[in-house]
Amino acid sequence: MPRVLAVEHLSKHYGQKIAVDDISFEVAQNEIVGLLGPNGAGKTTTISMILGVLEPTSGKITIRGIDLARKRETALQRANFSAVYAPLPGNLTVYQNLRVFGLIYGVKQLATRIDALLADFDLRQFRDTKCGLLSSGEQTRISLAKAMLNTPELLLLDEPTASLDPATARDIRIQIRRLVNAGTSGVLWTSHNMYEVEEVSDRVLFLSRGKILLEGNPRELPAQHGKESLEELFVTVAREPLSLGAL
Amino acid sequence: MSLSRAAAIALRQFYLLRGSAARVLPLFAWVAIDIILWGFMTKYLNIVASSRFNFVPTLLGAVLLWDFFGRVMFGVTTAFLEDVWSRNLLNFFATPITIPEYVAGLVVSSIATSSVGLLIMVVLAAGLFGLSFLSYGLALLPFVLVLFLFGIAMGIVATAIVLRLGPAAEWFIWPMPAVISPFVGVFYPLSVLPTWMQAVARILPPSYVFESVRGIVRGTGAWWPGLALSGILAFIYIVLAGFIFARVFRYAVRTGLIARYSAESVS
Repeated sequence: MPRVLAVEHLSKHYGQKIAVDDISFEVAQNEIVGLLGPNGAGKTTTISMILGVLEPTSGKITIRGIDLARKRETALQRANFSAVYAPLPGNLTVYQNLRVFGLIYGVKQLATRIDALLADFDLRQFRDTKCGLLSSGEQTRISLAKAMLNTPELLLLDEPTASLDPATARDIRIQIRRLVNAGTSGVLWTSHNMYEVEEVSDRVLFLSRGKILLEGNPRELPAQHGKESLEELFVTVAREPLSLGAL
Repeated sequence: MSLSRAAAIALRQFYLLRGSAARVLPLFAWVAIDIILWGFMTKYLNIVASSRFNFVPTLLGAVLLWDFFGRVMFGVTTAFLEDVWSRNLLNFFATPITIPEYVAGLVVSSIATSSVGLLIMVVLAAGLFGLSFLSYGLALLPFVLVLFLFGIAMGIVATAIVLRLGPAAEWFIWPMPAVISPFVGVFYPLSVLPTWMQAVARILPPSYVFESVRGIVRGTGAWWPGLALSGILAFIYIVLAGFIFARVFRYAVRTGLIARYSAESVS
């Protein structure tokens, strides 16, 4: 399967502190990869580097074979993201936000695309409502609609369902899974909801103290390490990473 | 450079202005108050001075031109601050937009907003106090151009300061025109300044504009060599400002400031 993202020997140091320590991984087309780890493990740092808003200390990131460091504009044209900590401006309406970002991504037939996304994410009734007036769940859906504007080949989702109710979260998961299966996208997905990760991910990477500690199928990985569930494995990674492998 | 990306930044600003009286009012309210205040002041000075010297084109014209500079500068910074206030920097800079495209969007926003302020000032100054820009002749063109370019340059520097030092640093940028004004001789000839201030004045483009304004009023005409030099200086300031912004942006990407801005964790 063709790669949409390749991360090679990526590191980020802040002085003496090592946030990400020589990690390498790939995301293939039609694949959802879960990036897991406790708070401070380096997940958001990794995503920030892939988004081009944080310069790596060393290593290489390519999106569809395009080197992010050398051709940032072309590489980011093929990516998009949604993160719980980056809501769209609350002082613009849903339509205005999507229009502004659609222009930035150079989306063809933008009005039609916006209408389709408003329908897909059940946002039509909020078209002319300022984003700041919406609930956190609705804002998350808008952020996801923005993330889909340019039909990205690489979609980065940082805890995308954190503020959604279980029913909406499930709908979103199904929608993203369908998009990935039908198109040419790959997804890197962070979440603290292990049930969600197990349901949606083809593969997971466990990050601890900036290193990839474990990698594998989320439905098989717990048993391989003598754990009952992914959640139990997560707790072990967070509390006793040395029991799983040298760091 | 993608024009649609630069247009997107300007469109965002248009959307914000269209829906907010609190944003539209400052475009002209403060400059209108300044013109009215200084208009009556110049009228009074014309009466008590009892000389043939006309204070209207000297003082009121200078106030108008200086306010125009301020509007241009704040047009750039306010458009940038909208992204700071709405925690939108991460959203924008994680897209394919380039720094020249983003800054071009801020400049286009500033052209639109400062034009509104300039128009209101010209109408008030001419209508209420008889200030005629025709008296400046052809020199009006370089006056406006130099102040516009310098305003853009200072606006870009101000955005770089906020990007580097964090949202609280916006309080450094509001007084910037007031800090510069004593050096450029908005209200008095540069010859009254001490030597060190005159040295500073010589590297600030607006100094040549206001010296020329006074030259025209005195009847000696505009200081054309000075205006040419001020145009060159203003261009150099634009290049320097772009360089500073690019350096600060690079620093922000290297240290993670852009990502952390979103979390409002920059002190």
